[in-house]
Amino acid sequence: MRKTQISALMASTLLVSAFAASATVSAEPVKIGFVATLSGPSAPLGVHMRNGFQLALKELGGKLGGQPTEVVIVDDELKPDVAVTKVKGLLERDKVNVVAGVVFSNVMMAIAKPVFESETLLVSGNAGPSPLAGAGCSPFFFSASYQNDQNHEAMGAYAQAKGFKRVVLMTPNYQAGRDSLAGFKRYYKGEVVEEMLTPLGQLDFSAELAKLAASGADAVFTFMPGGMGVALVKQFSQSGLNKKMQFLSAFTVDETTLPATKDAAEGMISGAQWAPNLENAENKAFVAAYEKEFGAPPSLYASQGYDLAKLLDGAIKTTGGNVSDKAALRKAIAAAPFKSVRGAFKFNANGFPIQDFFVVKAVKRADGAFVTQMQEKIFSAQSDAYVAQCALK
Amino acid sequence: MNSSLVLLQLLNGLQLGMVLFLVAAGLTLVFGVMDFINLAHGVQYTLGAYLTAASTAYFANFGIGLIVGLASAAVLGYLLELLVFRVLTSRSHLEQVLGTFGVILIVTDAMKLIFGPAPISFSAPEALSGMVMLTPTLAYPLWRMLIILAGVGVALLLWLLVARTRIGMLVRAGSTDREIVDLMGVNIDRLFVLVFVFGALLAAFAGAMAGPLISVEPTMGDNIVILAFVVIVVGGIGSVRGAFFAAILIGVVDVLGRAFATTLLKSVIGASAATAAGPALASMLIYILMVLILMARPAGLFSASGAT
Repeated sequence: MRKTQISALMASTLLVSAFAASATVSAEPVKIGFVATLSGPSAPLGVHMRNGFQLALKELGGKLGGQPTEVVIVDDELKPDVAVTKVKGLLERDKVNVVAGVVFSNVMMAIAKPVFESETLLVSGNAGPSPLAGAGCSPFFFSASYQNDQNHEAMGAYAQAKGFKRVVLMTPNYQAGRDSLAGFKRYYKGEVVEEMLTPLGQLDFSAELAKLAASGADAVFTFMPGGMGVALVKQFSQSGLNKKMQFLSAFTVDETTLPATKDAAEGMISGAQWAPNLENAENKAFVAAYEKEFGAPPSLYASQGYDLAKLLDGAIKTTGGNVSDKAALRKAIAAAPFKSVRGAFKFNANGFPIQDFFVVKAVKRADGAFVTQMQEKIFSAQSDAYVAQCALK
Repeated sequence: MNSSLVLLQLLNGLQLGMVLFLVAAGLTLVFGVMDFINLAHGVQYTLGAYLTAASTAYFANFGIGLIVGLASAAVLGYLLELLVFRVLTSRSHLEQVLGTFGVILIVTDAMKLIFGPAPISFSAPEALSGMVMLTPTLAYPLWRMLIILAGVGVALLLWLLVARTRIGMLVRAGSTDREIVDLMGVNIDRLFVLVFVFGALLAAFAGAMAGPLISVEPTMGDNIVILAFVVIVVGGIGSVRGAFFAAILIGVVDVLGRAFATTLLKSVIGASAATAAGPALASMLIYILMVLILMARPAGLFSASGAT
């Protein structure tokens, strides 16, 4: 009995000294490794996400959880091998406390292993690949964005609810493209007239649009991020198809592509978890501050970057500035101690959000800027489709 | 698969072919006349699109924008020739590839610095962005039709220049045997500048015409220059006529492949396998075609030098 008391006493002494040690460590600045695609055709997505993150950090006086913060930003160049090398540098040389950001899922899948192996927390600002949500989920992973399938699922549910009978699906021929089709079809039960897979990076859709016009479909659903989407939207409108069928998409018509497509995209419908006109105080302040700082409306990527910084801020505040106790930091993040610009936001067992999804429409604002606008809520407090396969509870 | 859809797809192929021809014409001349591999030819396409988009926005008029855009693209092309390419023409092919690749990196990043990494806004003039009725039931986008007409017009002009003028004669002679032309007292360097700037102008024109259709972004020239190389290899290096027919062939095969490969495969190997194999086959088709043509005619369809 006495022996156990002593060992308990010893253990608590050790704990206290460990805490003291970590308290001295936390006098060091909090180090965040921020990974984003900042070069190449897809750079606008990474730039928006980084802008959102930096805006939040600026509002917080350059501090996360009241601690001096150092952010090391690296460009993954959308190359998984480059990303792994740079992330290993973040982990081993810079000894970051948290790896955050990441736009593309192939980059996320590549860096996940080394980050998890070093037992560092990985908080996504965009990519939400299904393996990390399901069987491959990790206690070190959180997503401040969504699970990849969900925005496509929202469009599938919308097409189903609106009674579109015949839909053509079109996406680039790669993993995320095929995943988007799976997500759409999970909720759409009408006839899929045809699935068109195009080479990644294709900018001329003449062949596909001629087939689309001949298909007699009520709607087309597509996932064409970046320049591909800009080209498709312009050609779709130019061929007069916008008067014949509804254009449904996800990650295609948003504030990163609207400055290039302008009126050609007007009226197009997308699935999203956020829009600039969502009615809550945080969002109003965020959109106004972003436009003031960067001179253009924010996109969903910017909103995610912003939420990501606010999430980390809230979590580090909860731990009292301690970032070296990973279990405590993990627990603090899991409680989602921040007010999201999306409104209701909490984490599921697999580290992905439980949140609402909306149908948004591209509109021209009174000041001439093109933005997406929330039309209706499609899912309330929606979990992703993979959480049941995740062993974490 | 009805006949009007096939006709539309043929037109689409022709339109893609015309853009490819405009880019490939300059490339094949420069390669043919000066034996100079210019990987950075796609940069002229990008510059044409950006400068035309920017000046169209500035003058709020596509016509003036096009003229100013193309003129400034030609001036930049001349400067590149003067500062970079002139030094490289006497070097080995490897050094030319490395040097011109460097130019791609510099110009791409310069575009990003000036215009930002995101695609910029560029649309066809309102009056030209509608549809044109080819038959009472068959409509085709007017802008694509204009590209076809412009391409055919440029091809005719080039044919006149190459086949009927003194400069054209020198170009033809230069692509057959450069040393002899040089020894005959022709200033081959000046000829090269002329050919180069003209080629740059054509590529810029292609970019300006394609810009309203596709997305104007810093790396837009990268893909097109690869296709243009396929075109000049298939057509025969140095041959404008070869570039014209090869561009149409490549354009039509590419579009028809994308349009019908999956559908045709479905009747052979079943729907699910065809959905996977069709797009892959479609994107390989032009390269397979290139290999087959090179096996039959190693110097391309219309070899300029006449050698095998």
